[in-house]
Amino acid sequence: MLDDLRELYQEVILDHSKNPRNFRHPEDANHEAHGYNPLCGDTVNVYLKLGHNGLIEDAAFEGKGCAISLASASMMTDIIKGKTESEARQIFDGFQKLVKGEENDFDAGEDTERLMMLAGVKEFPMRVKCATLAWHAMTSAMDDKNEVSTE
Amino acid sequence: MNDMKTYDVEKIRRDFPIFSREVHGRPLAFMDSGASAQKPTVVLDAVQRAYAETYANVHRGVHYLSQVSTELYEGAREIVRAHMNAASVEEIIFTKNATESINLVAQSYGGANLKPGDEILLSTLEHHSNIVPWQLIAERTGAVVKAVPIDEHGEFMLDTYLEMLGPKTKIVAVTHISNAIGTITPVKEIIKAAHDAGAVVLIDGSQAAPHMKIDMQDLDVDFYVFTGHKVFGPTGIGVLYGKADLLDAMPPFLGGGDMIERVTFAKTTYAKGHSKFEAGTPPIVQAIGLGAAINYVNEIGFDKIGAHEQMLLAYATEQLSQINSLRIIGQAKHKAAIISFTLDGIHPHDIGTIVDRGGVAIRVGHHCAQPLMDHFDVAATARASFALYNNRADVDALVSAVKSVQEIFG
Repeated sequence: MLDDLRELYQEVILDHSKNPRNFRHPEDANHEAHGYNPLCGDTVNVYLKLGHNGLIEDAAFEGKGCAISLASASMMTDIIKGKTESEARQIFDGFQKLVKGEENDFDAGEDTERLMMLAGVKEFPMRVKCATLAWHAMTSAMDDKNEVSTE
Repeated sequence: MNDMKTYDVEKIRRDFPIFSREVHGRPLAFMDSGASAQKPTVVLDAVQRAYAETYANVHRGVHYLSQVSTELYEGAREIVRAHMNAASVEEIIFTKNATESINLVAQSYGGANLKPGDEILLSTLEHHSNIVPWQLIAERTGAVVKAVPIDEHGEFMLDTYLEMLGPKTKIVAVTHISNAIGTITPVKEIIKAAHDAGAVVLIDGSQAAPHMKIDMQDLDVDFYVFTGHKVFGPTGIGVLYGKADLLDAMPPFLGGGDMIERVTFAKTTYAKGHSKFEAGTPPIVQAIGLGAAINYVNEIGFDKIGAHEQMLLAYATEQLSQINSLRIIGQAKHKAAIISFTLDGIHPHDIGTIVDRGGVAIRVGHHCAQPLMDHFDVAATARASFALYNNRADVDALVSAVKSVQEIFG
C-alpha cells in the first residue's frame, strides 16, 4: 500500500507544501492570474514580474490547496524565476506530460531532478489537476487571461 | 454484541455483491454511500429481469409485453407511494434524480407563482442542487433567495427562521438531512410555520430516504424529493412527491409524448396527475429497480437500520475523536450517520488519496455545499457516510487509515 504513497508524498514534496517558497504577493508583479479547481474548491493566485525579452524576473503565488498543488506551485515559482516565458512554457509542456504518464524521457535540463519528485502523481490520475493548477495559472498570467479553471 | 442479535449486518453485506471484491488489495471499506449507495442482488436481478424478460415501452402498445412493462412500472410507483405514505399515486412523479425534481418545482411552481420581491427561504445546509435551481428561477421572476443560518454545531436555527418568515415568503426549500455534516433538520416545525405564513415547502430528502421512514401525510409537506441511487436503487431515477392540488394547478415542466391529452397545432391539452410531468419514455427499468430497492429496505425495516446506523455513528465519533488534531465538523444533536472531519495541516484531498490505498472509500471535497463549507471556514472536509451495510470493521479501517495519513505527513 505504502510504496505508491511514499513515492507521491516524498519528503521534498511535504517540505514544499508545509513551507511553500515564494508564497507572497509581490507589489511590482505586472501579470497575475487566478486558478481554480471547481472539483475541490482549491484556489491559487500566481504573480509574475515579466521584464524585457520575456524574462521572468519574479514569480510568486498565494492560495489554498492540497500538498500536491502547494508543492507544485512552490517548485514552479522557484524554477521559472530567471527563465524566459517560452522556456517556462516548454517546461510546463513536458511536466504536464510527465504527470499524466505520457512522457518517459522527461528532460527539463537542470530542473529535471526536482520536477521528477512530482512524477509519482502519474499513479494517481485524480490528482493530476492538483499538480498542474498553478502551471495553468502561470500560462494564463502570461497570456493576460486572468482566470483559469481546471474544468 | 447487542446489535448482532437483532441486526445481522454480515448477512446484509452478503446481499451486496460488491463487498466480495478488494480495492488495492484490501477489503473494501465503503463509506461513501452519501454520494451513492451500493446495490443489493435483488435490485440487480430486478433490473436484469425487466430487460431480459418483460421489456417493452410503457403506456403505448396494446401488446402483451407493453402491458406487463406498464404494470411493473406503475407497480413501482405504488411501492413508492406506499413507502412515502402519499395519499395517491397521482402525487408520485418519476424524474431523473432529486436535482431534476427540484428544478421541476422551481421552474413550474416557482415560474407560475413567484413575483418580484417574493422570497424563497433556503438554509446554509443546502446542497448546491437545492440552491442553484432557486437562484435560476429567482433571476427570471425577480424573487429573492435568502438562507436561514445555522449555529456553530451545524444546527438549523429555528428561531431565526421563524423571524425570517413573513408575508413575502412564498417558498421554503430545506434539506431533511445535511449531506455534508449529517444534521437532521426539524422539518415538521419548519413545514408548520411555513404554512402558517402562507408559504409552500419543498423538503430535499435525498439523504433521509436511505436512513429513515418518510411520511408525506404526517409531515403535511407540499413537495418532497429524493433520488433512487442513494436508496440502493439504480441511477437515473428520482422521485418528486407533490400534493395533488398543487400539481394540478402547475404548468408542465418538459413537453413531449406521454404528457399530453390531445395535440393539435392550434392547441395542446395536457394529461392529468403525474403524467403531465413525465414527458417522453420514462426511466422504466430504473423505476422497477427502485421499487425492488424500496422493498428491500422495508423488509429489513427502518427501525433496525436506524438503530444500527446510530450505533456506527456513535462508535465512529468516539474512535475518530481520539485522534490528535482531528476536528469533527458538525455536531448537531440529531445527526444521521454522516461524519465530516478535517485534520490540522493536512488537506482533505491528501487524506482521501492516502486512505483509498487502504481500501477505504470516503468523499473528500466541498460536498457540493460550498456555503456550508464557508460557514465553518474550511475549503473542504473528509466525509464518511454510513449505510445499512457498514460494520464496525469499516470504522476500524477508517481510523487506522487516518492514522496512516498522519504517519506519512509526519
